[in-house]
Parts: sequence; structure tokens; C-alpha cells
Amino acid sequence: MLKKISKIPFTDTPEQSAKLDAVIAECTGDVSMLMHVMQEAQEIYGYLPFEVQQKIADGMKVPLEKVYGVATFYAQFALSPKGKYSISVCLGTACYVKGAQEILDELSAQLGIDAEECTADGKYSLTACRCIGACGLAPVITVNDDVYGKITAADVKGILAKYQ
Amino acid sequence: MYRSHVLVCGGTGCTSSNSQKIIEAMEAEIKAKGLEKEVQVIRTGCFGLCALGPIMIVYPEGCFYSEVKVEDVPEIVEEHLLKGRMVKRLLYEETVTPEEIKGLNDTDFYKKQKRIALRNCGVINPEDINEYIAYDGYQALAKCLTEYTPEQVIQIVKDSGLRGRGGGGFSTGLKWSFTAANQADQKYVVCNADEGDPGAFMDRSVLEGDPHCIIEAMAICGYATGATEGYIYVRAEYPIAVARLQIAINQAKQLGLLGKNIFDSGFDFDLHVKLGAGAFVCGEETALMTSIEGNRGEPRPRPPYPAVKGLFGKPTTENNVETFANIPTIIREGAEYFASMGTEKSKGTKVFALGGKIKNTGLVEIPMGTTLREIIEEIGGGIPGGKKFKAAQTGGPSGGCIPAHLMDTPIDYDNLTAIGCMMGSGGLIVMDEDNCMVDIAKFFLDFTVDESCGKCTPCRVGTKRLREMLDKITDGNATLEDLDKLEELCNYIKDNSLCGLGQTAPNPVLATLKFFRDEYIAHVVDKKCPAGVCKNLLSYSIVEDKCKGCTACARKCPVNAISGSVKQPHVIDTAKCIKCGACVETCKFNAIIKK
Repeated sequence: MLKKISKIPFTDTPEQSAKLDAVIAECTGDVSMLMHVMQEAQEIYGYLPFEVQQKIADGMKVPLEKVYGVATFYAQFALSPKGKYSISVCLGTACYVKGAQEILDELSAQLGIDAEECTADGKYSLTACRCIGACGLAPVITVNDDVYGKITAADVKGILAKYQ
Repeated sequence: MYRSHVLVCGGTGCTSSNSQKIIEAMEAEIKAKGLEKEVQVIRTGCFGLCALGPIMIVYPEGCFYSEVKVEDVPEIVEEHLLKGRMVKRLLYEETVTPEEIKGLNDTDFYKKQKRIALRNCGVINPEDINEYIAYDGYQALAKCLTEYTPEQVIQIVKDSGLRGRGGGGFSTGLKWSFTAANQADQKYVVCNADEGDPGAFMDRSVLEGDPHCIIEAMAICGYATGATEGYIYVRAEYPIAVARLQIAINQAKQLGLLGKNIFDSGFDFDLHVKLGAGAFVCGEETALMTSIEGNRGEPRPRPPYPAVKGLFGKPTTENNVETFANIPTIIREGAEYFASMGTEKSKGTKVFALGGKIKNTGLVEIPMGTTLREIIEEIGGGIPGGKKFKAAQTGGPSGGCIPAHLMDTPIDYDNLTAIGCMMGSGGLIVMDEDNCMVDIAKFFLDFTVDESCGKCTPCRVGTKRLREMLDKITDGNATLEDLDKLEELCNYIKDNSLCGLGQTAPNPVLATLKFFRDEYIAHVVDKKCPAGVCKNLLSYSIVEDKCKGCTACARKCPVNAISGSVKQPHVIDTAKCIKCGACVETCKFNAIIKK
């Protein structure tokens, strides 16, 4: 899976750093917990910048390339930050046959970014995601935790207007 | 004792359409009216009819409210719960006839269903182990531990004829016996809840609606095969399922149904939840185990099979969620009961996730051997908008499509394989005349190209080349010879890939080539997309008689491809046209056609 790597400089707060240290300390020595640590790290930072991957590699005593390998293998791990409003378009089959691609294209046009990108002001990011299992509502998009189902490309403008 | 129970669906579909807010409003309203000692509100798992969510059922009447809104709550409480008058306008229309209110099980959607794997979904509160126990929960485990030897348990599962519901269709009893036959200091049970097939959500509904049945079944499997530890590998994209599983495991531990010396039998069993991170290939059993171990989820060559060398190098039994969900019923009711349903070689029921161009999208569980026609036309309510059925895709990116002339095939493992499809995990996506089959094949290949783990060349490179050949077809640059090459490459990938992902990746192409060759030929020879989907083969034109010369389209066109003077018919310069379709939407006189 192709991943876009962020060029935005990494910033870290002492709280974030301490949280990650605690997670690593709990799991160090058990390589099978690597994915768990990375999932927690993504929860803390919103994505997995190189600096964080390096820290995990050191803490878990595994090579950085192993962490990077896992990060690039799984769709869930992001190497670039999410926007304030993270928009996901479900491209599962049920949504696709009901026009999800048109909705993605419309969002892309409205925001001026491609899928897996974030707007320059850090406000919106756009993802084409795998089936979220709400096929009864197809086609579905989510903005942060809000779900919008049974929408058309014409609804996109109205939905974006709610997130200014 | 409560005089009335209000069941509100807390499955993903209904939660997405705000059922949580409805529950909160309901509880507040009931309290405001002083009914909290008389009426109980319960958040359940999925009822199955996701298309009409959020769903609410009020017992004892059993009346089924659909598409409930928060604003409707006061009316339901006031009219129904206080005055005992059903709110007719909110009832599911199928249950309302001029004479009477029908029971839910008499509606077309539920009539033909037989719920075994989903038996508790939408019935019990999944976050309360006592409700599961009240519905005969953990009886099967008790029966196994106190009455049967491990060999007897395996024999019952064998006799039931249960086959793996994750797609492969291998005999579950046989699989268990392989692990049981191997001696080791540690064995494992793994539940595959990495439901990656886009458009399938039956495993999610079982986990959300009845998590204890999976725990019970895994413990039974552990007892039968000699394993004392289990892992449930579940997608991180299913937060509700993960949370409920964790609650269920904790409750089972508290009651001593998991842990040391269960039912005083000397049998120990412990369970862990592992979160996947979104990789389709992890649905393959060896890849899943590699992932649990903390690696990139790449498959391993077999043999050695997991029954010999599985998770952490130890003998391991891996089954899918739906397979496990059948186990407690098989043990409780007996192998004969289960084997009495279904066809000769496929016993029991199968859950399908109906999606796509169908009226009643949602989850259905039907006996094996039901025909596609019954599923789509009767249970599914047909295709909306009076459109014509074209095909149904089963098995997701690994399966194939069933065309209209095979709609009367009884659905079971062997019949589907015979027509070049596969059962798969149970996604059933319906397509109508507006869907282009070449485009659908391309969609699935996009998925497999993206999800190929890259370990073996036939899959990594082959699927990419397949994808490019399909692009060539939908761009109108292919020749008839390319169709033969396409088929040849498909067969090569099938024969040479390492794991199930690659071996089945060409299926959507092969099936569409077999049943919809005419559509491929239309793309290749006539350079036309009959369904009007493939952009590069479309052309827009203006019907002279209908055009009033209002200039709206010319103003809207982003590339100035439309010309004409006011009140005169306009024309589209096809060389300039980028086929965005903006003009069609703008025209008030339906004068612009695409073909």
C-alpha cells in the first residue's frame, strides 16, 4: 500500500512523550506487542512520524526497519498527520456500486487535495478507507466521528460547510 | 420485573444513524414520566435490517419501529408506553396491513430466515453475560466439560457437517481433529475476526451482538483440541466489537467461565484480544498468525499446516467468527439438528450481508440451498427504482459474480464453486443495469493490487499487470487478442500464487469474462461502455429537438466545449469535452445524452 510521507516538521509535548514511554515500558521485551505499541503511539500523536518510529524501535529493541515495515504494511498506520477534520470516504463494494467514487472526486475537488493528503492549513485531510461495515447506509463518509450515510455528490458542499 | 422492554439496535449501522442518542433520549423521557421501574431500555446487537435503521422493538407487543428519530421519542413514550397505543406512522410498513399488525417473523425479510449464528443478535444485551446465560449461554461448554471427552466433541462437530464459514469451506471437525492429534506443550485457538472483504459485515454483527457465543465456542474448541490459550484477531476498524469483546471476556473471567479450572473440570482456558490494523491478507490464516506475532502480515508456505506449526510455532486451530458462532448450538441441540438443515454437502445456515442495489440492505441468515432469487427478490425486496438485475457478487475480491440466468441455483459451497464463484465470507453485493462489469472487475483488482502483501511475484506483479490490461480495455485501446492474454494471465496467477489472496485474485475477472464477455467485447470492438460508466468511452451529445438554446450548459462547461447562439440548438465539441457531466446536470430539458 502506497503511503504518503509527511514533510511537516514533528513536534512533541512532554505529556505525549511520557505517555509513549509508559506504553513502551509495559510491552518491552515482547515483540508480539509491537503493533499494539504502534497503535497506541498513533492514538497519542495522530500519526507515526520517523522520530516516533525510532523511539519505538529503541524501546522495543527491534530494528527501525522492522517498525517501518509494519507501519507501511498496514492501512491503519499513517505516516502523515490528519487534519483537524479528518474525512474518510468508504470505498467498500457496497458504497462503490452506489457512487462512492463520485463523492471522493467531489471532496477532492472542493478541498483541492487528493486522497491521503492534508490541506496546507492543517484543517482537512481526506482518506479513501476500506469498508467500515455500515453497508446498509451506503454510500458512507465520516468526518471525525460523525457518520453521513446515503449521501450524493451534491451533499458534499453542505457537509463541508458544517466544519469551518 | 418490567412490564415492557424497549430494544434499540446498537449495531454499527444504527449507531451510525444515531441510535445512541435515541437510547439516551428514551431513558430520559421514561424517567421524566416516572416509568423507570416499569420499562427497561436495552441496547442490543444488530437486527439485520440495516436499511431501515435506527430500529426499535417494543415488547411484549413485539412492534417494530423503523427509521426512528430522536424527535419521535416523546411520542413513543407518551402514546405507546403510557397509553398503550402503537405509533402507527413509525411501524415498519411491511408489518402494517389494513386488518392487523403482523409479527416481525411474518414479514418477507424475516420469514425465510433461520437464525443460528445470529440467534441472539438483536435479542439480548450483549454487554450483560446474565442475558446470554438466560438464553442457554455457556450450557454447551458445561455439557462438553462435564459429559463429553474431547474426542466426542470433535465427533459431534464432524457429524454436524459444519464447514468453515470464512470462505474455504473446509470441514471444521476435521480441522479440529488435526490439531488434537498433535502433541505439544502449548496449543492455541485463534478466532479470525479480521473481516476484510469489503461489503461483508456479518462477523462484526456477531461480535457486537453476541460476543459471548464466540468466547464459549473458543473454549469448547480449546477443550476439544487440547489448547489452553486463545486469540481473537479483530479489525481495529470495529471499535464497538472490540469494546464488547473485552467486556464479555472480563465478565466471563469474573464468573469463572474463563480462566483456571472451568466448571471444576480441571480445564484451563484464557483469551486475548489482538487488534489488526487493516490488511486484507491477514484474513489468510498463516498471515494472520504472523501478524499476531508482531510482524508484517505475510503468509507462510503450507505445509507445515497450522495444525502442526501455527501461532508461535505451536499447533493451532483457526476458525472464522461465524464458524464459531454455530458451535454452541451444535453442541446443545446435537449434530442431527444442525445437519437437518441445508443441502447434502453444505449443512446448516449461512449469513449473508446484502448490499448494493437492493431494497433491504442488511444481514440475513438463511438455510444453505436457498436460491439467489429467493434472497434477492423475496428477502431483499428486489432492486430499487425498477431497475433490472444484472449480477450478484459473492466472495468479494476473491469471488465471482452470479448472472441473472443462474439465479435459481441453490446456494451452497459446491454449487457456487461449480459456476466459478465462491461462498466467501458472505458478502452479497447486488448490481443492476447501471453497473459496468468491467469496471467492477477493475474495482476488485484495485483492491487486490493494493492489498497484495508483495511476498510472491505472481500476485505482486501479476495483479498489477491485470489491472493495467483492464485499464487498456476501459480506455478503449484494447484488441480482442488482449482478452485472451487477460485470461491466460489470470490462470497463471491462480496457479502460481503463494496464498489464497493471489490464488483467488483473478476470480472477479474470470467470472465477468465468462458471463459478461459481451460487455468486454463492447468495450474492445465498439469502444462503448454499455452501462455508461467507463468515462473514456463515453461521449456527450445534444439532442437538437430538445435543446432550447438557453445557454446554461455552455456557461457551465469548464472547458468551453459547448458552443451555439441564444435560442439555437447547441453542439458539444467532443475533442474538447472532458466528460465531467456538468452539462447534463445543468440542462433543464434533458437534451444532453451520454452514451
